[in-house]
Amino acid sequence: MKKTEAHITVQNLTMAYGSYVIQRDLNFAINHGEIFVIMGGSGCGKSTLLRHLIGLIQPSAGRILYDEWDFWNSDPGERELFLRRIGILYQSGALWSSMTLAENVSLALEEYTDFSARQIREIVSYKLALVGLAGFEDFYPSEISGGMRKRAGLARAMALDPEILFFDEPSAGLDPISSHRLDDLILELRDSLGGTVVVVTHELPSIFAIADNSVFLDAETKTMIAQGNPKILLAESKDQKIQEFLRRGVK
Amino acid sequence: MEHLKKDQMIHIERSESGALLLKLSGPWTLKEGLYPVSEVEAALESNSGVKALSFDAKDVSDWDSGFVIFLREIARLCSQKNVAIDDAGLPEGVRKLFRLATAVPVADTHDDPMASSLLTRIGDISIRLTKTWSDSQAFIGEAFLSFLRLLRGKARFRRTDLWTLIEEAGVQALPIVTLINFLVGIILAFVGAIQLQAFGAEIYVADLVAIAVVREMGPMMTAIIVAGRSGAAYAAHISTMVVNEEVDALKTMGISPMDFLVTPRLLALTLMMPLLALYADFVGMLGGAVISQSMLNVSFSLYYTQTIAALNPIHFLLGLIKAVIYGGLVALAGCMTGMQSGRSAAAVGAATTRAVVNAIVLIIVASAVTTIIYTLFGL
Repeated sequence: MKKTEAHITVQNLTMAYGSYVIQRDLNFAINHGEIFVIMGGSGCGKSTLLRHLIGLIQPSAGRILYDEWDFWNSDPGERELFLRRIGILYQSGALWSSMTLAENVSLALEEYTDFSARQIREIVSYKLALVGLAGFEDFYPSEISGGMRKRAGLARAMALDPEILFFDEPSAGLDPISSHRLDDLILELRDSLGGTVVVVTHELPSIFAIADNSVFLDAETKTMIAQGNPKILLAESKDQKIQEFLRRGVK
Repeated sequence: MEHLKKDQMIHIERSESGALLLKLSGPWTLKEGLYPVSEVEAALESNSGVKALSFDAKDVSDWDSGFVIFLREIARLCSQKNVAIDDAGLPEGVRKLFRLATAVPVADTHDDPMASSLLTRIGDISIRLTKTWSDSQAFIGEAFLSFLRLLRGKARFRRTDLWTLIEEAGVQALPIVTLINFLVGIILAFVGAIQLQAFGAEIYVADLVAIAVVREMGPMMTAIIVAGRSGAAYAAHISTMVVNEEVDALKTMGISPMDFLVTPRLLALTLMMPLLALYADFVGMLGGAVISQSMLNVSFSLYYTQTIAALNPIHFLLGLIKAVIYGGLVALAGCMTGMQSGRSAAAVGAATTRAVVNAIVLIIVASAVTTIIYTLFGL
C-alpha cells in the first residue's frame, strides 16, 4: 500500500439502501494524522458513511481508497489484513457482552499476534490503563457504566495499535464532563500515537474541540455541502445551513 | 350562532370586513371533552368569501391540550379553505403551543396507492421470498465453508465458548429431556397397552415403546426440546449481538461471525444431540417399563428381556443419525434467524420466535424424509 498525503480518499461515493439514496457524489480526502469529523443533522447519513468507510457496506457507486488501495476491489485476504489496521469505537461501545473487558481487548491480540498469554495480559492492562480503566480487567460490560463501556470499547479498538481510529458518535449518551474527557482522550491519543482519526458526531463542543478538518452532510440535498476546518467554516461559510448548524455551538 | 357543551361556549360572529370572529368562553380542558369543529366548519361553509378568522378568548377560564387540539383542527379547516388565522386574541401560552403544533406541516407518510394494489403486494412478497431463499442459501454455504475451516483447524473461535455451549446444550438440558421423554414413554405404553391388551399381547408393549422411542420419538422429542431451549437462545443471543453492533465489531476486526458464533453452536448441538437422544431413549423405555409393570403386570426383568430382543444396533444408529441431523438443523435455524435479524428490540423477539418455529418445521420435515429413506432402503 503506497503512502500518500491522503490516508482515505472518497471518490464520487453514492450511498443507498436499495433504490433509496442517502447521499450521493461525496468527494473528500482525509489526510494522515488528522482528526476528521463527519458532521450533519440527524438522519443525514453520517453513521452510514462511517459504515462504508469501515467496510461494512459496499458503496452503491464510487470508490473509497486507503493510501490509493481500494477495499472493495481487493481479495478477502487483503481486506482482512486491512481490517487489522483499523480500530472502531461503536456508538454503544459494542463490547462482547459474554466476555470480560480483558477478554474483549485481548481477542484481537490472541487472533493476530504471537504474544504469550503473559505478554497479552500486560498489553491489555496497559490499554485499559490508557483509557482510565486499570483494575477493571475482570469486569463484564454489564457491570460498568455507559461512559466506561465507551472507554473500554476504545481500548479494544486500540488493541492492535491501529493506523486509523473510527469513532461513531463518541459523545452520545455521555454527560458533558465525560464527553469532554473523551474528547481530550481522542486528542491525546492522536498526538501520542500519530494515527488518523475519523469521528462521526453532531456534538458541537466536540467538533470545535477536536476537528482539524470536516465534511458536512446535508439530508435535504443528499450530498456534502461543505468541507474544511469547522472554525473556518463558521467564520467564512456563507451557507445558511452551515451557519445555522455551527452557530448553535457558539456561546 | 351559539353552542353549549357543558360549560364551554363558542359564539361565531362575522365582522363587516368579512372576517369570522370566534368568541370562546368557559373552561377548554380535556376533562370537558374535545370540542367538535363542525360548527366552525358550517360557519365557514355558509359564509363564503371569508378570508380571515380571529379569536376572542378573554372569557376562557381554563385551558389545556384540549384547547390547542381544537385550534389545530380549526387551522386544518382554514388551510383547506384558504382562510388566514389571526391568533392575537388567544392567551399567550395557547398561542405559543398552537404555533409550535402548526410549525411543521403534516408529513405525507401515506403509502403510495400503487403499493397497496394486489399485483404490487404479490410482487413484494415474491421479492421477499426470493431474498429469504437466497439469504438462506448463502448462510448455509458460508456455514459449510466455516465447517470446512474447522476441519482444517483454521476456524477462529474461543474453545471456552465451545465448552460453555456444550454444557448449556447438553448437561443443562438433562432435567427437561428426562421429564418429557419419560412421559412420552408412558404415553406410548398407554396407547399400546389399550390396543395390545385386546389381543392378550401386552408383552409387545416393550417392543412398541422400544422401537418407537429409539427410532423416532426419542430423537424427535429431544430435538424439539433443544429447539425451544438452545435454538431460541442462539437466536436471541446472536440477534442481540446484531442490535448492539457486536457482530459488526467482529466483522471489522476481520473475525468471521460464522467462525466465531455459528460454528461452535453447530458443533455443540451436533455433538450433544446424539448423546441427549441416547439418554432420551433409555428414559423413554423406562417410562414404558413403569406402565407395563403397574398396568399390565409385566415385570421389569421380562420387559427388559423383551426390549433387548426387539432392538438391534441398527435401530440405535438410525435414531442417532436423525439426532445429528436435527441438531444441525436446530443450530442452523437459530443462528440464521439471529444473524439475519433486524436492529431493534422487537427484531430480537421476532428472530427468537422464527428460530423455534423454523426449527420445529425442519425437524418434522427431516423426520419424514429420513423415515421415507430408511423405508426405501429396507431399514
